Amino acid sequence: MDKFTTLTGIAAPLPMANVDTDKIIPARFLKTIKRSGLGVHLFDSLRYRKDGSENPDFVLNREPYRGAQVLIAHENFGCGSSREHAPWALLDFGIRCIIAPDFADIFFNNSFKNGILPIRLPRAVCDQLIEDSKLGGNARVTVDLERQVVVRPNGEEIAFEIDPFRKHLLLNGLDDIGQTLQHAPKIDSYEATRRSEMPWIPATTG
Amino acid sequence: MSSRPRTLFDKIWDSHVVERLPDGTCVLYIDRHLVHEVTSPQAFEGLRMAGRPVRRPDCTIAVADHNIPTVGSRKPSDIKEQDSRIQVETLEKNVKEFGVPYIPILDVRQGIVHIIGPELGVSLPGMTIVCGDSHTSTHGALGALAFGIGTSEVEHVLATQTLLQKPAKNMQIDVTGTLGFGCSAKDVVLAIIGKIGTGGGTGHVIEYTGDTIRALDMAGRMTVSNMSIEAGARAGLIAPDETTFAYVKGREFAPRDAAYEQAVAYWRTLPSDAGATYDTTVRLSTAEIAPMVTWGTTPGAVVPITGAVPDPTQIDDPGLREQAQRMVEYMGLSAGQKLEGVPIDVVFIGSCTNGRIEDIRAAAAVARGRKVAEGVQALVVPGSGLVKQQAEQEGLDRILLEAGFEWREPCCSMCLGMNPDKLTPGQRCASTSNRNFEGRQGPGGRTHLVSPSMAAAAAVTGRLADVRQLG
Repeated sequence: MDKFTTLTGIAAPLPMANVDTDKIIPARFLKTIKRSGLGVHLFDSLRYRKDGSENPDFVLNREPYRGAQVLIAHENFGCGSSREHAPWALLDFGIRCIIAPDFADIFFNNSFKNGILPIRLPRAVCDQLIEDSKLGGNARVTVDLERQVVVRPNGEEIAFEIDPFRKHLLLNGLDDIGQTLQHAPKIDSYEATRRSEMPWIPATTG
Repeated sequence: MSSRPRTLFDKIWDSHVVERLPDGTCVLYIDRHLVHEVTSPQAFEGLRMAGRPVRRPDCTIAVADHNIPTVGSRKPSDIKEQDSRIQVETLEKNVKEFGVPYIPILDVRQGIVHIIGPELGVSLPGMTIVCGDSHTSTHGALGALAFGIGTSEVEHVLATQTLLQKPAKNMQIDVTGTLGFGCSAKDVVLAIIGKIGTGGGTGHVIEYTGDTIRALDMAGRMTVSNMSIEAGARAGLIAPDETTFAYVKGREFAPRDAAYEQAVAYWRTLPSDAGATYDTTVRLSTAEIAPMVTWGTTPGAVVPITGAVPDPTQIDDPGLREQAQRMVEYMGLSAGQKLEGVPIDVVFIGSCTNGRIEDIRAAAAVARGRKVAEGVQALVVPGSGLVKQQAEQEGLDRILLEAGFEWREPCCSMCLGMNPDKLTPGQRCASTSNRNFEGRQGPGGRTHLVSPSMAAAAAVTGRLADVRQLG
């Protein structure tokens, strides 16, 4: 996983609530056994017209937002399915940070696992950032994870909260399986206790 | 252990904490990991790259369900769509390589992962259960903490049999009263989502309580718990009781004899203590519940069948107003339009929400002696091979076939259209599934979520119809 430290880039406004995972990446594109290559299908139904051509009205089809690294949206972003294809598609497109008033739990979790930083900020702040982003190519936003601030194009800093453990993993690009396996002896002893206290738990191996 | 009164969620959580890290993150032990073909290939690939084995194959079970055809040959090598076939074959290769128990497609026990977990007794009360699928919340109906995870977490569980998690908040949804004629568990949960909104449960685990919930059979409880995720909750829970214990008894993977008695004694300790507190409580009366139907493209956009499409211009928030306008337009409806009488093209009865034997009985009861309206395609897709077998023993397939319904093989099917069962653009469907998102059942398709009896009523009238009026 790539580290996330500081990012300065174009933010794309997506002022919609309840952006669901079928909207981010429809189910018909989940038939892959790889993580890469999904960016072309990101927001498929919004991004392409019925004949397959680009919808010029959709934000990510317009300059400078084709190169956006930050997405700013409204409430309940990422609701619906558990598909990690949603953050994979965002990442493959180039999005590394999403700012919204709140996120669906599974999507929020999945984002961290892929080096994408989801930031919760109040709706009024999101709307302010959306206004900023409409200024186009000169309106770059900076996200500084170490200092936990979003820097607006005018230099104003907005603080955000993040779980310290997740921050540590992102800043260092750490694989959390490796972290958990440091606790392997504890897992062993938990299993031993459970086997003696609840011997009735059956195995799936029949 | 503290003497503070605890909720069902607190008890299951506490008993699965392997270690609590300084910032409150817990290493949480997972009892059951259900694996399917769509969200697992990249996880197995990750294990392979890192040279890691599956830690507990005996706590894991795999089945292919999303990509499977519901007609014609079901042999994996015969699946016509190449990418679907590769996904299924990849699962079969991975389970062999990593020694994971697998239910083959041609096995009568194959079916939708959330149908077969409880049906086979793999999912049991008090357990932690995960799957790379958001509708894992279904298994919470047994009184298990069950939630959906992404593929990175699938890999994490395969490698460590644990997850790194922080405890959720407790939400209680208390439903009281006797359900009216024509109302079912699906109407209960749609009414709940309509009330609290699609983000209402975010950050919470919902425990459903009250005499209405207690009176539901296990199938109904699973329908309610299944759609917890549509309210934004990570999981749903229903305290195990005599209904639960009777359901579990004798199932293939469930404990037997003395082990069963031991298990029941433990399960009786699980219900929330008197005086346990919830972060949020929502109360609902069955007086607020009628046969429900969604009009928009989020499950929260729902009204009783006697209701009408709301007028978006009456919404103050500009974002929500724009969303409502887009929903009305996408659905091909107009503000103020009555839902009853809207013509439909397709009916889908099935899915992990409503693909159990009780759901098929409810549909067949409406279909009996009637005919599917001209021009309507009506699919019935049992949730598992065992459900299909049971329905056929009861003669439900004959009733449905005589009425003009199609009787298919088990799979997720038109819930999300990963197999060939899809809506075409503009088609309108009365569906017993769980999501009415844009394009969910096929690009441009329009979904109205309803109960099985309401779906059958739509099939025989060719319109969204009030099942109570059919007599």
